[in-house]
Amino acid sequence: MHELAVCQALVNQTVDIALQNAAQGVAVITLHIGPLSGVEPALLVSAFPLAAAGTVAADAQLVIMPQPVRVRCRTCGADTEATPNRLLCGICGDYHTQLIAGDELLLANLELIT
Amino acid sequence: MCDSCGCNVTPGNRHLAYKPVNGGTSAVSVLKKLLAHNDDQAAHNRTHFDTRGILTLNLMSSPGSGKTALLEATIDALKDEFRLAVIEGDLETENDAARIRARGVPAYQITTGSACHLDAHMVHEALHHLDLAGVDILFIENVGNLVCPASFDLGQHRNVTLLSVTEGDDKPAKYPVMFRAADAVVLSKIDLLAVLDDFDPARAESCLRDLASTAPLLQLSARKGLGMAAWYDWLRSELTAQRARVAAGQTVKPAIQPDGAEIHAHAEV
Repeated sequence: MHELAVCQALVNQTVDIALQNAAQGVAVITLHIGPLSGVEPALLVSAFPLAAAGTVAADAQLVIMPQPVRVRCRTCGADTEATPNRLLCGICGDYHTQLIAGDELLLANLELIT
Repeated sequence: MCDSCGCNVTPGNRHLAYKPVNGGTSAVSVLKKLLAHNDDQAAHNRTHFDTRGILTLNLMSSPGSGKTALLEATIDALKDEFRLAVIEGDLETENDAARIRARGVPAYQITTGSACHLDAHMVHEALHHLDLAGVDILFIENVGNLVCPASFDLGQHRNVTLLSVTEGDDKPAKYPVMFRAADAVVLSKIDLLAVLDDFDPARAESCLRDLASTAPLLQLSARKGLGMAAWYDWLRSELTAQRARVAAGQTVKPAIQPDGAEIHAHAEV
């Protein structure tokens, strides 16, 4: 349960960007979160108001875009969808794969009230 | 590292960066890693280790899987060969640091209160209390927890995750984020396999490979001294590799699929 720590990092970065852009408020915060990031979106949403209280982001809507898990096979080269605990190639079944999506933990976009 | 020229906008995220907005609002594309502040501190810690030629290992596992016992056995076996130091993380008590100091190795205890993981700032603070002169290997024993520690870079070079045979052999499938982060997996307490008929080491390894992990699976018992030679050889080879990197002015982060990280390096500003 480190979602509060992640929310505090999120609020700090959001406030910095709002200040840089001389914004009066933040309307929408969009995050990209993959299942292999280790962060649970539902817990993030419930922790966010605590971290944002009293800041320029206090009334912001938090939008989380879930990301699919995808792997690229080192053996056959295919890009396929996978699940968090089965990162095997969907074509040849090899485990020598590299993750190409699914571990994101990104602040993607802010809509600032100016 | 670029918020100004737009090079972090890729075909996969362009629609988010330039999404139309209502009047009175303006959209800002950011694409920042949410733990960027922690990562900056971790990079600072890693530089601190590299300038002193230290190999730093982060030990993670459930509570009670034998992290401290593994360190005690390792100290007894290697303290004449290498200089070791330990940072201990627990919610409360100095107990683990006291166990390490009793073996003649410097240890600093971080008590997190209620925090379920160590972060780079806690480790940085601990470094101010630990004399690292001449140290070859620094072990950071993380808070016993198979979830949160996996998300925080501390500045370590390698992650070691323990799985004891008194836990389920499907743990890697249940906690993929943690086991995917491991550069080596230690299967601990194997002396108990004789009385545990429901733990199959082959199944544990199969669950680990399903995570696309090529990490070595080291089966050992620290208390009974079984299988320890392979662990010590792994430590020696990692220290040799770290010294070669330091000599070449290079560093390394735990290898969660470095090629994958490169592929989305543009997104992970």
